[in-house]
Amino acid sequence: MSVDLEKLLRPVERPMAPFPPKYMVLASGENMVVRQVGRKDIPSILPYIRPLIHVERDYYDLVAARIYAELLAYYRYRVQDEYVLVVQVEGELVAVVNGRMVNADVGMSYHTIALRRGLRVGAHAFAAKMEYHFDILNQKEVLIVAESPIGFRRWMIEYELEKRPGIQHELGGVPSYALTKELFDRARGTLIVGRRPVPEDVLAKAEEAILPPSDPPRPPAYLMAAARSEYDPTGTALMLQQWKQEGKV
Amino acid sequence: MRNVYAIGIGITSFTRLEFQLVEIASYPVMFALRDCGLKQVDQLYVANMGGARLNHQTALGSAVVDSCNLLPAGAATIENGPASGAAAIKEGFMAVASGMHDVVVVTGAERMREVNGLEATDFVASLTHPLAEYIYGVTLPSLAAMFTRLYMEKYGVTERHLAMVGVKNQNNALKNEFAHLQQAITLEGILDSEEAFTNNPYVAEPLRFFDCCPVSDGGACVILASEEVAKKTGRPMIRLAGVGQSTDTHAVLARKDPTDLLAVRRAAAQSMEMAGVKPKDVDVAELHDAFTILEIAESEEVGFFKKGEGHLALERGETELGGKIPINVSGGLKGRGHPVGATGVAQAYEMVYQLRGEAGERQVKDAKVGFTCNFGGFGNNVICLTFIRED
Repeated sequence: MSVDLEKLLRPVERPMAPFPPKYMVLASGENMVVRQVGRKDIPSILPYIRPLIHVERDYYDLVAARIYAELLAYYRYRVQDEYVLVVQVEGELVAVVNGRMVNADVGMSYHTIALRRGLRVGAHAFAAKMEYHFDILNQKEVLIVAESPIGFRRWMIEYELEKRPGIQHELGGVPSYALTKELFDRARGTLIVGRRPVPEDVLAKAEEAILPPSDPPRPPAYLMAAARSEYDPTGTALMLQQWKQEGKV
Repeated sequence: MRNVYAIGIGITSFTRLEFQLVEIASYPVMFALRDCGLKQVDQLYVANMGGARLNHQTALGSAVVDSCNLLPAGAATIENGPASGAAAIKEGFMAVASGMHDVVVVTGAERMREVNGLEATDFVASLTHPLAEYIYGVTLPSLAAMFTRLYMEKYGVTERHLAMVGVKNQNNALKNEFAHLQQAITLEGILDSEEAFTNNPYVAEPLRFFDCCPVSDGGACVILASEEVAKKTGRPMIRLAGVGQSTDTHAVLARKDPTDLLAVRRAAAQSMEMAGVKPKDVDVAELHDAFTILEIAESEEVGFFKKGEGHLALERGETELGGKIPINVSGGLKGRGHPVGATGVAQAYEMVYQLRGEAGERQVKDAKVGFTCNFGGFGNNVICLTFIRED
C-alpha cells in the first residue's frame, strides 16, 4: 500500500475569514496599506527579509531569522492556520506581521518586523494583526511574547497586556502575555487606527507588486564602527566624513 | 585678548551608538585633527553631562587625551548640564585668547541610550531644583509643556506653529547624514490626518511626540587655535568672535515672568556685542530646540524677531533654509538629536561647516556670520557663540 507522506505532514487547516485591507496616513503623510497575502506571495517577500538576518541591532537578526522560517513553513504547509499580513507604502514592503489561530477562541501572535523605521510602522502593523484576531476571527484573546525591548515596550507596556504564567508560547522562552478583547477595545482609536475601504488606486498599487525596501541594510563601511553591529549605520556616516576629507566624494 | 579661530571639526552620527563613551568622544577628535592637519595640541576639554551616572565613566578628559594619543596635553572634563558643550568651548576660547595655549581641542560626547527612556528623562531632570521642582515629579518635558502653555496664552502660538517647527527641522535633518532622525514628516501626518493623534501623541500636553528632541548618543569636536596656527592650516579663517554667558534662577517658578528667557537675551547680547554684530547681521543660526517652543522663544530673545512674533516669522518661512534667517538647518536638536554634552559643540561644528561653505545641500548661501545658542537647565545657564568668516 502506498502512503502519501506529504498528506501526513500537512496540517488540516480550518477556514479563516480574510482580513479586509485597510490603510492609514503615516507621520510622513504617506498612505500605508495593510493587506493579507497568500502562499503565492511568500517568495516575493523572503528576499527582503533575508538581509535582516545579519543585522544585530535591536534583535533584527533573531526576529528576521524566525519570521523567515515561519513564512517558509507557511509556504510549505508546515504550520496550521497561519496567516501573513504585509504592510506597504506605494508598493514598497515596509513591514510584515504573522500569527495563527490556536483554536476558535485563542490566537497566537508570531512576529512583527518593520523594514522602515521611525514612523510607527511596526506598531500600526501589530495593531492590524490584533484587529484581525478580534474583529475578523472573533477570538477572545491573543497570546503574545516579545523578543526585543522595543517589542516589550510596544506590546506589553502600551497595551498593558495581562500575564499568562501557566501558558507556554510556541516561540519558547518567557511565559506568555495576552491581549484580551477588553484590552483591545480600550486601545481602539488610540493605538488601533486605520480606515476602510482602501482607495482603489492605493490598493491597486499595493497589489501590483511587493517592491523592495527603499533603505535596505548595507554592509559595514567602517569596520571599527561595525564592531558589534554588522550593519550599524554609524559606520557608514563616519566613513562618509572620512571620504569627504580625502576628497573621494 | 588674542583672536581665536575654529580650525578643525569632526562629528559622529547622532543616534544610538554601540561604542564606549570614551570612543564617542575620541572619534570626532581624530576627524577634527585630520581636518586641520595637526597631530599635537596643548589642551583638551571634554564636555559631558552624564558619564558618571549613565556610563560609569568619570575623568573623561584623562581618558580621551590618551585614547587620541595626545599625551602630554592638558585635559579636563566640563560639566554644565545641557550647556556643557558651549561651556567647554568658552573654556577653550579663554585658554587661547589669554595666550596660555595655542591649540585647544574641545570635544563633547554623551551616551544616553545606554539606559532606557525613563531613566534618561530622570537623568536630565536631575538638573532641576531639588526641592522646588524635582521632588514634585518635574521633568524637562513637563517644564517645557508648562512654558508652552503660558506662551500660547500670551502670544497666540498654537500647536500648528509647534508642528511647523518640528516639520521644518526634521526635514532639514534629511540633509544631514549625521542626524538622528532620517524620516520626513508632514503636517498632515502629525497634525491633520485621522491617524495624527496616534502618530504624534501628547508627551506632556500641549507638547506632542514630534515636538520633542530624541534621546541620542553622539560626539562632536571643534579645535580652537591662535591666528598664527590658523593661518598655517590653509583653511578658511573662521573666527570665534563672540562668547556670551548668562544665568537665571535655578527654579523656573522663581522668575517674575517664566516666559521671559532673560539669560538667553543677555547671553546673546553679550556674544553679539563682543563680535561687533547685530541680530540682523546673522546669516545662519543654531538655536537650542530641545522642544519646538524653544526655537520660537529663543528666536525672539536673541533679537531675530520681536517678542511674541517668532511664530509669525515662522509662518512667513523666514526661518527656513533660503529664508531671511535660516534656523537649525542641521536639523537642530529636534532632528539632528540631543546628546546633551555634545550639543553645544555640534552647534559650533555646524557654524564652522556653514561658514566654510562646505555644507552641501543644507548650505546657507554666502554665510559670513553664524550664531549659536546653547540653553542649559531650563534657561538658567545659557551660552551664545558668534562666528565670523574672515576673508
